[in-house]
Amino acid sequence: MPFGLLKYALSKQYPGERHFPARKELRPSYDVVIVGGGGHGLAAAYYLARDWNITNVAVLDKGYLAGGNTARNTAIIRSNYLTPEGVRFYDESVRLYRDLANEFDYNLMYSERGHFTLAHTDAAMRTARWRAEVNKHLGVRSELVYPDEIARICPQLNMSRDVRYPILGALYHYPGAIARHDAVAWGYARGAHRRGVEIHTHTEVTGFDVDNGRVSAVRTNRGTIKCGKVLQAVAGMTSVVAGMAGFKLPIRTIPLQACVTEPVKPFLDPIIVSGSLHVYVSQSARGELVMGGSVDPYSLYNTRSTLDFKEELIMHMLELFPFIGRMRMLRQWAGMADMTPDFSPVMGETPVQNYYIDAGWGTWGFKATPVCGKRMAETVATGKVPDLIAPFALERFYGFAQVGEKGAASVGH
Amino acid sequence: MSSHRLPQPYGILIDRSKAITLRFEGRDYPAFQGDTITSALFANGQRVLSRSFKYHRPRGTLSMLAQEANSLVQLPGEPSVRADTTAVPAGIDVRGQNYLGSLSRDWLTVIEWIGPFLPVGFYYKAFYKPKGVWKYWEKLVRALAGLGRIDEHAHHGYADKAYLFADVAVIGGGAAGMQAALDAAGTGAEVILIDDQPRLGGALNYARFDVEGRRGARLAEELRGRVEAARNIQVLTDAVCTGWFADNWLPITQGQRLYKLRARSVVIAAGALEQPMVFRNNDLPGIMYGSAAQRLIRLYGVKPGHRAVVATANDAGYAVALDLIEAGVTVAAVVDLRAEPSASPFASAVAARGITVHQQHTVSEALPGPGKRSLFGVEIDAITGRGVTAGRPHRIECDLLCTSVGYTPAGHLVCHSGGQLVYDAELAMLVIDRLPGGSAVAAGAVNAAFDLDAALAEGTYAGWRAAQLAGLNVGAEPRRPGARAGAAGQNHPWPIFPHPKGKEFIDFDEDLQVKDILNALADGYDDLDLVKRYSTVVMGPSQGRHSALNNMRLATVGAGRELQGATVTTQRPPFQPELLEVLGGRGFQPTRLTAMHHRHLELGAQSMPAGVWLRPAYYGAESRRAENIAAEVRAVRENVGLIDVGTLGKLEIRGPDAAELLNRMYTFAYAKQPVGRSRYVLMTDGTGAIADDGVACRVNEQHFYVTATTSGVDAVYRAMMRWNAEWRLNVDIANVTAAYAAVNLAGPKSREVLSRLVTDIDLGSEAFPYMGVREGHVAGVPARLMRVGFVGELGYEIHVPASQGEHLWDALMREGAAHGIRAFGVEAQRVLRLEKGHIIIGQDTDGLTFPQEAEMGWAIAASKPFYVGKRAIDVQAARPLTRRLVGFTLAAGTTLPEECNITVRGSEIVGRVTSIAMSASLGKAVGLAYVAPDQTEPGTRFDIKLGNGTTIQGEVVPVPFYDPENKRQEM
Repeated sequence: MPFGLLKYALSKQYPGERHFPARKELRPSYDVVIVGGGGHGLAAAYYLARDWNITNVAVLDKGYLAGGNTARNTAIIRSNYLTPEGVRFYDESVRLYRDLANEFDYNLMYSERGHFTLAHTDAAMRTARWRAEVNKHLGVRSELVYPDEIARICPQLNMSRDVRYPILGALYHYPGAIARHDAVAWGYARGAHRRGVEIHTHTEVTGFDVDNGRVSAVRTNRGTIKCGKVLQAVAGMTSVVAGMAGFKLPIRTIPLQACVTEPVKPFLDPIIVSGSLHVYVSQSARGELVMGGSVDPYSLYNTRSTLDFKEELIMHMLELFPFIGRMRMLRQWAGMADMTPDFSPVMGETPVQNYYIDAGWGTWGFKATPVCGKRMAETVATGKVPDLIAPFALERFYGFAQVGEKGAASVGH
Repeated sequence: MSSHRLPQPYGILIDRSKAITLRFEGRDYPAFQGDTITSALFANGQRVLSRSFKYHRPRGTLSMLAQEANSLVQLPGEPSVRADTTAVPAGIDVRGQNYLGSLSRDWLTVIEWIGPFLPVGFYYKAFYKPKGVWKYWEKLVRALAGLGRIDEHAHHGYADKAYLFADVAVIGGGAAGMQAALDAAGTGAEVILIDDQPRLGGALNYARFDVEGRRGARLAEELRGRVEAARNIQVLTDAVCTGWFADNWLPITQGQRLYKLRARSVVIAAGALEQPMVFRNNDLPGIMYGSAAQRLIRLYGVKPGHRAVVATANDAGYAVALDLIEAGVTVAAVVDLRAEPSASPFASAVAARGITVHQQHTVSEALPGPGKRSLFGVEIDAITGRGVTAGRPHRIECDLLCTSVGYTPAGHLVCHSGGQLVYDAELAMLVIDRLPGGSAVAAGAVNAAFDLDAALAEGTYAGWRAAQLAGLNVGAEPRRPGARAGAAGQNHPWPIFPHPKGKEFIDFDEDLQVKDILNALADGYDDLDLVKRYSTVVMGPSQGRHSALNNMRLATVGAGRELQGATVTTQRPPFQPELLEVLGGRGFQPTRLTAMHHRHLELGAQSMPAGVWLRPAYYGAESRRAENIAAEVRAVRENVGLIDVGTLGKLEIRGPDAAELLNRMYTFAYAKQPVGRSRYVLMTDGTGAIADDGVACRVNEQHFYVTATTSGVDAVYRAMMRWNAEWRLNVDIANVTAAYAAVNLAGPKSREVLSRLVTDIDLGSEAFPYMGVREGHVAGVPARLMRVGFVGELGYEIHVPASQGEHLWDALMREGAAHGIRAFGVEAQRVLRLEKGHIIIGQDTDGLTFPQEAEMGWAIAASKPFYVGKRAIDVQAARPLTRRLVGFTLAAGTTLPEECNITVRGSEIVGRVTSIAMSASLGKAVGLAYVAPDQTEPGTRFDIKLGNGTTIQGEVVPVPFYDPENKRQEM
């Protein structure tokens, strides 16, 4: 029995201490206002306080803490991207993730399980090799593997050639991991709270005051607050909030759906992704299969679920795992994915001075939470964009200097 | 007959003439056709079904309706089967779930002893120090997680799907639902009535609506008779509507079939779900809802116990007591939580039978029998405040405790499509606040109409309203009863009695006690959603059906907030878990085959997927792959080859604006393209990236026939349709890909072969020059011919109606025989086109390649005012390139790189090899690769990093590698 749990058994009174503040009034002014209390916003708040000693910070969220895409993703962490810019960026994220539990004193259940991107076509095989070669060159452990090796590591996969889309090979990414997604946000929130950052949930931003191209205040449903700087991190509502600040983004917002089965005893260790079959799946520590598919076929600001999504997803799942037919689907839900033209995020400065953006996270936001928070905090604190995230500037779209990661997206878009 | 069976008329769902056997945990139990697993076991005195998720406590049914994980059992290869509602499976060994040892002696009950060390969210609080140790603990946690097991060697079964359409869908076949169906059908509406039970009737079939206990059965019979007689009501029983998606799109699972029902309007009459009482040991087998006992008695003819206590806060509890007495169960006492005695006739009837009623008392603790496998008795105590008792408990021995303290609407479906439930503090109940869409009506207990007459009147109104919403001619609006008739007094506002020693379960699925919820609040997780996520309350297999109400009460009040108007966490589909094989169905992933597919098989083709198609990769044995491909290449270079290109995308663009459409969609210029000529087409997207290519044949001034890549045509067609929705050009765009079969006859002898089959086209090199297009007949079949040069030899692409594909193929192969014709596949074509330096979109380009990078600048008509991607290409072309595609070769004897090996300069990645092949025609390796812009001069050497980490050198050479003057294809 770990020592950490002793106090709970030995105390007469439950030794609780609030991880987050109770609801209280807004102050009239903050040095930094972070719009969006999801993983990214909370991480930025944490690093602002920890690394830059900036603690007069308010994190605002219109809903409950981390209830947006942080609560809705499928919790996969990987760095097997296609562009050198992407690989370096996500690799730093993976390295930060590995230390977070001990840094937070909070178990994120970060679990390296290995990550297969299955290839069912020649084209997918080529892309897999391309990613493997770029990854290896940059020191990230990925390999192109063939059916024998896949069957050895994941004997549950249907390797038959007598199916619609036989598996020809896969990109195997050793550090691919899953984590308890809520806990990541909670860990950041607790760390930020302890360092003096204020977190105000159920506080909706309704507009900004911009004077001479510079943001000066944030209007909310609980009153207007003055601010030195603003960081926007509101995946799903990105274009709407940027619109309030007065600028446009090359982003389309599309629902992305996911689902879980009832829990069963563990049988699947690695994370499996198939682009051709539009499937990604892992088995959680609770024993549920956590599954997702491609983004929906049209833009929508709504998190409704659809029947078509799960019918198609499960049809494909049954091809990969013919034995799961008698398992049951427990719950399905949706998040909103902000898709950029090049499948890379947008981080850094905006046309509004002192207004910074953290957006365009499509289907890859959760895995970037630590690195994005850390580097955006640096950007906000110093006013200077670090080299690591410079390629992801909003400006790149004006000159079509894109960072093409479509080939590394998990599933079709 | 077992001593627990009751005589007829009890047991309306079982057929006593058909005796069957249930095998459970290796023992046989007699049962009847119509029994569920739970009812059969109960009839034999076996109450323990499974073990709980965390503490491994023995559990039996709570609801007889699978509204909690207690009744989840294991079938071979099938975990978490709902024993309450699953018919006894013949000849199959049913087992309990989640134990180590046996169901009656589970070694993992040890976890309950160490429970104090496992506070709410304990897994967040430990197991990570020192760093890296989680991966060892995780193994243990994962092994303990999950409930049932699956069989990794099984194969999913057959399931299918069917579509249904209705004017009115009625969900729920109880009194309100049947009445609604009848009234809707009375207007002429086509009605589908869906019920999850084997027999229509709902609560009428098991509950007691009058002191005599006759009304329910009588009314059920009458309504059923009328429903059966109505020719426009289709009834689905044993069918669960699991979701309510946008525009009344309703999935209904029935056995191995998924119905997909589109209804003009929907009546939700799904009833209400009884809710548990919370006190110490409230999970012991033998504690159940009053309605569960009634179900056992009336539906299955099973006597639920010998000596019972009824704990109640409404009049229904007294009806339960009467049912128990009639079924021969001794009722030791009624414990009424309310301060005031009940004035209902049920209460008088109970009093008349001499039953003691303990007013303003509650059960404060249930007392377990050995191993907590049974109920031994209860402690009851006076209530002195909200959730507080006097502390002077009094023991009553019993083996059955029925509770009746309130309901929650089965309104989950309402929430799937945008409706909402909110808490009404006066009724102490969740009520429907908003229905989804504009075409739904709620009726009966789901709408808080608990009074039977009110439910029937609501049914009448709902049927009328739904028919009206469905667009039928309806009569005058029927009178509607007062809202929520009979709802007052059904729910106790606080049936939650914390105990100093705990084990008062709020959520049975997840083994969460009162203190777990309160401690989650103490840790700061004081939003209802955070309580859920932190403690996992309502996240188990029943998705809160038995726990959401009490949890919301406890957490909302615990956080110091108002209950009035509070909402529960969002309820997501499905309403009830769905078998994956039923969702997946038969699987519809068709493979498209070309018109000549069987000829390819006869020639021994090795097929490969190409988009949705199968194409021959090459012909002949797999063991001689390289030799076969080389022979095919040689045939094309030296004699003549024939390749099936029927998978190419084909589009007909007709109309006065046809050329203008092409001008806007593609980079080249088409306005002045002569009739009878083809021209290359290159499509870019809005960011200037190459999207597709092909050729456009001008058939006449207003008609182009355009080809696209095999895997790109659908997107090309979509893009044309989408853009033209904005442009409104006067054109007609048709995707005719599958309508035509097509071949490419290529090689120096192709003209000779073709001339033997063509009479109405002059094939001479001047009459039908390179890039020419002609229409005529080949082998007697109407055909469109184009002179193309993809493989770099004299060649003809021949398109004929798909039905004539085999005929064309046979004729060409027959006439070509004398000239050494050979069928060739995709692999040979790849080599042939590479020798010519032609790119393949998607292989030699990627999602960002703009034309200048791929040496495709020649295909851009720079003077055009507009084409899709023009602005982006102009911006990119105005600044220095960052990479370029070049042809390269390797020194003799160098290891061949693989496609997508990277090109590097020091530590920097500059590009990749996109194509590589050993060219027999040229006697050397040829390839295409992206290199840095200063590495493009012929003769420049650049580094290629192989998969094993070693580096080789490529040398830039001009393309085409083969026949640089293009004489062969233009002859």
